[in-house]
Amino acid sequence: MLLAVIFRRAAMALITLAGVAVIVFVLLRVVPGDPVAMMIGPGATAADIAALKAHYGFDASIPEQFRIWVGGIVTGDFGTSITLHRYVTEVLASRLPATLELAIAALVIAVAIGGTVAVAGTLMRRTIGETIIDGVNSILLAVPDFIWALALVLLFAVALPVLPLTGRIDPELAEGFATRFYLIESILTGRFAVAGNILSHMIMPALALALPLAAVIVRILKQSLKEAMLQDYVLLARIKGFRELRLVLQEALRNAIGPALALTGVQFTFLIGGTVIVERIFAYPGIGNLAIDAVINRDFPVIQGLVLLFGVIFILINIGVDVAVAALNPRLRYG
Amino acid sequence: MFNLTRRQALATSGGILASVLAPQRFAAAAAGNTLNIAYNVNLPSFNPDAGPSSVNPTIQAIYRSIFDQYIGQKPNLAFEPGLLTGWGWNDDKSKVWMDVRKDVVWHDGSPFTPEDVVWSLQHEADAKNGNMVAFVWQGIGNYKIDGQRITADVIQFEPDLFKWMAFLSGYVLPKNYYEKVGPDGFEKKPIGTGPYMVDAYEGNAYLRLKANPKYWGGKPAFETVVFKFVPDATSRVAEIESGSSDITLEVPYEEYDRLRVKAGLKGECKPISDIGMIFITNGGVMDDKNVRLAMCHAVDKDAIIKRLLRGYGARIDTLEAPEYAAYDPSIKVAHDPKLAAELLAKSGFSKDKPVKFTIQTTRGYKPKDYEMIQAVVGMWRNVGIDADIEVYEIAKHFELRMSHKLAPAAFYNWGNAIGDPSTSTGHAMFSKSPHSAWHSDDLDAKIGPLWGEKDEAKRIAGWKAVDRYIAEQGYVLPLLQYYQPILYKADLKVTPNTSGALQPATLVSKA
Repeated sequence: MLLAVIFRRAAMALITLAGVAVIVFVLLRVVPGDPVAMMIGPGATAADIAALKAHYGFDASIPEQFRIWVGGIVTGDFGTSITLHRYVTEVLASRLPATLELAIAALVIAVAIGGTVAVAGTLMRRTIGETIIDGVNSILLAVPDFIWALALVLLFAVALPVLPLTGRIDPELAEGFATRFYLIESILTGRFAVAGNILSHMIMPALALALPLAAVIVRILKQSLKEAMLQDYVLLARIKGFRELRLVLQEALRNAIGPALALTGVQFTFLIGGTVIVERIFAYPGIGNLAIDAVINRDFPVIQGLVLLFGVIFILINIGVDVAVAALNPRLRYG
Repeated sequence: MFNLTRRQALATSGGILASVLAPQRFAAAAAGNTLNIAYNVNLPSFNPDAGPSSVNPTIQAIYRSIFDQYIGQKPNLAFEPGLLTGWGWNDDKSKVWMDVRKDVVWHDGSPFTPEDVVWSLQHEADAKNGNMVAFVWQGIGNYKIDGQRITADVIQFEPDLFKWMAFLSGYVLPKNYYEKVGPDGFEKKPIGTGPYMVDAYEGNAYLRLKANPKYWGGKPAFETVVFKFVPDATSRVAEIESGSSDITLEVPYEEYDRLRVKAGLKGECKPISDIGMIFITNGGVMDDKNVRLAMCHAVDKDAIIKRLLRGYGARIDTLEAPEYAAYDPSIKVAHDPKLAAELLAKSGFSKDKPVKFTIQTTRGYKPKDYEMIQAVVGMWRNVGIDADIEVYEIAKHFELRMSHKLAPAAFYNWGNAIGDPSTSTGHAMFSKSPHSAWHSDDLDAKIGPLWGEKDEAKRIAGWKAVDRYIAEQGYVLPLLQYYQPILYKADLKVTPNTSGALQPATLVSKA
């Protein structure tokens, strides 16, 4: 059954991606902002402008440009960046690992904080502790990630300068990597000082991304746990003499985690979207930072590649969540 | 299979935690030999001669650290020898000559030769290579090399040819190396003759440069220079305030004033060659001279500079800043709201029956751009002009300007680091230029002959006359010359560059 779910979602994904490709391609060409207009020199004549358009392939009709682009994608060629002068696939491959490591770190932090606080809130239900947790959580929910980013900058980079503010790693340490997954590689190869440096650069952007997601997890998981704590099997366990913490972790959590997991998956896609601004603030060299430059410079090939990449990531996350939820919930697994 | 014992896991966690919590290196710049610059833009490409980066003035400081230009430029915009030690035209300006510097080597150790210069000029002249001002380089050809001297025929006279050799996309590239590795290989491992060599690069993060020990201009003050690409102004402020970077630029003026008096920091905020202006597009109400002149006389530029820019700006009344070759301080457009109202009344407009049009502006692209336009619109309203503000992205501005579809008024900033009038008034006001907004035959008739004028004194006088005519007609509304705020650690010595290019090799040293 799980395989059927995966295949069905994969087929839908292809259709979704095709739609995304058409929309982004057409939109880029109809909204204002001609990349050629940003490049022309002061003395450019009409012929120079026409030559520049031809050079980048913007002289053909939109359907023809789309045909060429799709033809390239089929062979793995997403085009060449106008501003970076490099293949789009190469650019994306070099930037994606940084964003994935950051997003996963943020997810881990969010789950750790969200899960812990939700359990604590459940244990403290109907006390002043729960009220405090709910109040703080409401603030966390209301404040967007980029505000957290700026607050963290002020706190840990200016007031208490204990963390590096920008970049992914100190430049003098960014050597000797075989892959672009710096954190994972440095841990696996035992370069712990380097891993620590990477983590020190990652803490602030990851926290900024994690805090809003943690708040969502707290709200959903705490509510689910509270409902689960009223169920008969929990009452039975309580009669057997289980302590409150054990009741929550061993009895209620397993049944309550489904909704939180599904929502976390959805929110994780928003978290990746949030990397666009957060990476900018922390000068973090991932696809989010790349996206802003590409949009400002109207680098069509990079924007198109990025949108498709974001589409693939979102689809993969959703498939992963569906599979995980189905695996955890027998009622869903067997239809 | 990767197996991790409990002991190993504990050791790993402890090691990583210790590294995370290790004291950060916020040492003073002069104490070490590394200069960390929190830079305001990213470096997208290493090709200084082609593509959008090559015409981005802000990136030139990085290019000038790695590459050399044909002709150098002092901080006051005066020209000085670069890889060319001498240059000029013959008497009838049918030929040019260029003397090439001896004893220069590329970063890979190979000798720099006059062939590199000729090849670079030909490469830049070939439009297929993507040079944005290929038309300038196409103005000379039929090169001949005799020892260190190059001569060439003038095919199309460009009075500012040699000035362009110190400007955007006028860099000398290594012929043999470039032909060997190709454009892709050059992007991955660029070499130049400049004071610094590329050591490491990560797009959107940093560029690390090492001093070129064989640099013809002497070894730079710092062994290592790190450009951190920090486009967010708040983060740049935090970089300098926390001590993570030694120097930064283009921070908000409020932050500049706060930090320049802070212990351990210094600041410089001097005029640069960028100006702010309002394009006026011909057609509709803008064809009415009274309306245009009223727009110009109604604006109190000094008040805008004082109140919005904290005094960091200088009013201009033409498209020439004081450092430009054709600056004429006698051309004045007075702030005179009474006169503005009278001019509007002649055309039947008043505060009760205002003339209406749209003004376009960016928001956040330049310091206080939107706020300045808000102030301008407020001043206009007081005399009988009712303008709607439309905010757009800079990309849309370029597209609309190229297709001559800007709104009747549109705010923009114009850079002209070589200070020639052709690269300010000329390209901004000549109707054949894709960057102009005002198109009229009377103005073209005055500008046209100046493009080929061979008598330099006559040419500059001609441009001054054009500027005066533009001011009298109100064809554009010049606002101000920008100042560039630079913050740096007190143990550094920084020389502001009027071009705005913060070049670490020549302009930053230990105090």
